[in-house]
Amino acid sequence: MTDEPRPVVAVIVFPGSNDDRDAQRALTRLGADAPRVWHADEKLPDGTAGVVLPGGFSFGDYLRCGAIARTSPIMRAVSAFADAGGLVLGICNGFQILTEARLLPGVLRANASLTFVCRDVPLLVERADTPFTSRCDDEERRELTIPVKNGEGCWFADDELLAELEANGQIALRYAPGGNPSGAVADVAGVVNADGNVFGLMPHPEHAVDPLLGSTDGALILGSLVDAARARSLAVVS
Amino acid sequence: MRATVLVRPKPGILDPQGQAVGTSLRDLGFAVGETRVGRLIDVEVDTNDAAAARDEIDAMCERLLTNPLIESYTIEFNGAEFNGAEFNDAGQGDA
Repeated sequence: MTDEPRPVVAVIVFPGSNDDRDAQRALTRLGADAPRVWHADEKLPDGTAGVVLPGGFSFGDYLRCGAIARTSPIMRAVSAFADAGGLVLGICNGFQILTEARLLPGVLRANASLTFVCRDVPLLVERADTPFTSRCDDEERRELTIPVKNGEGCWFADDELLAELEANGQIALRYAPGGNPSGAVADVAGVVNADGNVFGLMPHPEHAVDPLLGSTDGALILGSLVDAARARSLAVVS
Repeated sequence: MRATVLVRPKPGILDPQGQAVGTSLRDLGFAVGETRVGRLIDVEVDTNDAAAARDEIDAMCERLLTNPLIESYTIEFNGAEFNGAEFNDAGQGDA
């Protein structure tokens, strides 16, 4: 482990979150201080430089995935943090929450197959200039393998919205041709907001940070976030 | 007063759940065409003024009960049915 300062990347825990500890462990290995923050809290920890909304089934997926979680007290703080330019990453259920909170465009729906899908998927990084993908700024790191595990990962936007997002370059991550596990329109696996500081993806980078589990490509995503959070922490300190 | 909100997938939106239900109905021997699955929400609102209740429920639908990207809704009070607010633009309420 390096001696570099450890930026605070808060991992939000909702009732029914189940990937918060994996996210915490991955972020910690990648050099962050990653406190888990309960959904009923109203404030983010002091010095928070990044926020991760983890995977799981918050509030039992009642009503629509993410629809209840986005009304949690902590989400007011997360929205304010995002509005101020703070880095927010949503993984799987976290992505669903961010779309319901309208911090990200589109919506996640039941997979076209109506089955729960749990497998490694091939991905193409479309944007390597975001705070969440900067470590992919190398041709060999544009093709990733990261697992998905979801029943409602089918990202949807109507034609008009999709065209707008494509024109803005907000489709930051796509399933490789033939590798779309959900029926997501335009093979979308992850989108970034217009300002580039909020990113959501269905695949689980926190499950792909150790060679024992087959792929370490997830570390490119989470490591990028840690890099960006550290840079912002240092900018505040200096 | 008590209101019933009926939430439906918008026309043209793929509804795999409805397709699966339709397939099962046909497997059981029922001659059915397109089948779509929505959601019903009964809610007690703290007013007896129908116009005020509609406004309140439109706000609830906009903020929580529906996702306007993919869902439209109608509201029923005492047997009368109303279309949702203007943001709910697909005209599905006449279906």
